[in-house]
Amino acid sequence: MTALSGFLLAEWYDLRDLGNPVHALLDWINGWGDGSTFHWVAYIVAGLIGAAAIGLFLGIAMLSLIWIERKAVSRIQIRYGPNRVGPFGLLQPVADALKLMQKEALTPLLGDKVVFFLAPVVIFIPTLLVFGVIPWGPKMTVANLNVAVLYIVAVGSATPLVIFMAGWSSNNKYSLLGAMRGIAMAISYEIPMVLSLLGVVLFTGHMDLNGIVQWQQKYHVWLIVLQPLAALTYFISASAELNRTPTDIAEAESEIVAGYHTEYSGMKFGLFYAVELGNALAVSGIWATLFFGGWWLFGLDRWVPAWLIFLAKMYVLYGALILTRGTLPRLRIDQLLDFAWKFLLPLSLVNILVVAAEVTIWQENGISAGIVLPVAAVINILLSVILIVGYTQAFGFARRQRPRRARLITDTLAAMPQ
Amino acid sequence: MISLEHFLVVGAVLFGIGLWIALSKRNAVMILMGIEIMLNAVNLTLLAFSRFIKSPTPIAGHVFVIFVITVAAAEASVALALIVSVYRNRGTIDIDQIDLLRF
Amino acid sequence: MSGFGPVSAFYVLAVLSIGSALAVMAARSIIHAVLFLVLFFVSLAAMFVLLSADFVAVAQLLVYAGAIGVLVVFAILLTPSREPRPMETRFVGPGLLAGAVVAGTVIFIAFNTNWSTASNDFSSTVDAIGQALLNRWALPFEIASVLLIAAMIGAIVIVGGRGIDVDPRAAGPEARLVRRER
Repeated sequence: MTALSGFLLAEWYDLRDLGNPVHALLDWINGWGDGSTFHWVAYIVAGLIGAAAIGLFLGIAMLSLIWIERKAVSRIQIRYGPNRVGPFGLLQPVADALKLMQKEALTPLLGDKVVFFLAPVVIFIPTLLVFGVIPWGPKMTVANLNVAVLYIVAVGSATPLVIFMAGWSSNNKYSLLGAMRGIAMAISYEIPMVLSLLGVVLFTGHMDLNGIVQWQQKYHVWLIVLQPLAALTYFISASAELNRTPTDIAEAESEIVAGYHTEYSGMKFGLFYAVELGNALAVSGIWATLFFGGWWLFGLDRWVPAWLIFLAKMYVLYGALILTRGTLPRLRIDQLLDFAWKFLLPLSLVNILVVAAEVTIWQENGISAGIVLPVAAVINILLSVILIVGYTQAFGFARRQRPRRARLITDTLAAMPQ
Repeated sequence: MISLEHFLVVGAVLFGIGLWIALSKRNAVMILMGIEIMLNAVNLTLLAFSRFIKSPTPIAGHVFVIFVITVAAAEASVALALIVSVYRNRGTIDIDQIDLLRF
Repeated sequence: MSGFGPVSAFYVLAVLSIGSALAVMAARSIIHAVLFLVLFFVSLAAMFVLLSADFVAVAQLLVYAGAIGVLVVFAILLTPSREPRPMETRFVGPGLLAGAVVAGTVIFIAFNTNWSTASNDFSSTVDAIGQALLNRWALPFEIASVLLIAAMIGAIVIVGGRGIDVDPRAAGPEARLVRRER
């Protein structure tokens, strides 16, 4: 029986982990000739397989996301959503894509044509690069970098520049204004994002995403239980970088025409739209990997393929993004910047302090994980609740204590009878 | 076969180009861009040395580069604040026209 | 380092970085120059990866391409010049000569020195950098944080943030921070 399971669990047809057939293929290519002349073929083939996989997945995922998002948001807004194009509107993404492809892609006459053309192309690059680091299974990462966590933030920090490229080359003051707002918001929210990810890296001691998932597997815990403040801060900061409602002040339709993509039409606008959805999926994927166990679900990945578990988690957490989009109103730019600098940044700093203290006490004294982790979880959850509630009560806008009826004489002289 | 000399040549050429830009442009922001190119060329040379030279602490090159990046960021922010302030006072940042201290 | 991957990557990246630096020099508009500068930063980050410096490469992307690029863009937008393209001083020729002399000297030294080479292929630089920054180079690390705070405060005061300005009438020890009238 053990021989059979050993035979079954580590061969190329073990599709629970799609890295197995790929590794077998690459080993076979490496063995061509006399063993060392054809390494470059394996190099190129590995790159092509990874790129094709990400491209294929993103293409299909964006089609599905268009439908999911429009249906879900419209149901939250008590309306039907797309239901004409196919059964339950399932062919709506195809209709959207066809519509965008057959529209004329206008270019402003006096704008900068090269930069205008390049902006929707370049904005796609961070999305693809981020998907290259996310682990879909134990051996299914396109590039298992040592510094994956910081790499994600670094690659996402190129987006403000591309937004500027789009806004400036349109030769339109509303585009430039929207682009400036988008840049200010993006660079403000990068700092709480990095600090919350730093809390995760401190706790697990790994900066590579596969290592973090395996840490969660080893200690049988989801990191959101141990780091609720970091999870919340990361979710809010990353979704603020995505330019979706409630933080889409850079491209709000009712405020600033369409911000930095006013002048884009046809498939160039389609690229911006697709990148917005792709980035949202990437954020939910990273959130799933870091805080919700990634491809590991309490040992379920012995029967269900790990990549299916991860796919399901990614889509379920995308629901959180849909929820915030459907229910929250749009915030003003000064409210957004205040929120980042005055609320999220101090909270992230306190989180790092507490996490660093916990990790030091744990590592220096060699206490077993069975005692430290529950205690740390309780402390962190209590801390996050107390901090958020207390901070908003102390520094937020205080609500009026009692509703007052309008009066002719204000109550400066004496207490009037109700 | 890529060895140390390849990286040093690239670093030297980039430093020369940065120096050329810093000496030959009138706009103060362009001069700052030339200076940033020079700093990056130095970073490249430091990392090449750290990778290819026998040393008791090979990580020293990386640490040095991190400090150079930090100092360059601080310097760029102060320099750009100065440029904006000069623009508000003089109306231009053309270095050939900001010459009150000349005889 | 040998092998098809690193060798081809080195030549592609060398051409890209030198090309984008030359494009910064020859750009027709200053925004194009900034975009080529960001391309230069990204290509240098890729070269750092080639040198097994993964943490420094990511830091370079984050700080240079992400932050300094945006800073330079904002400075350009706040200081518009009336010229259509970046003008040149009269030192273009001498500048080229100076750059060529410096580069030539360094290249000559690089080829004529007996380097004691070894191959330090790092497996994980993050660990080593962390250890180094907190043990041997802890003092420069702390001073760097003080430097950054000083630069931040200095930049805000120089630009004149909302309501902060140095009182022009009072000089010397009585220089006070007064509210600026708008």
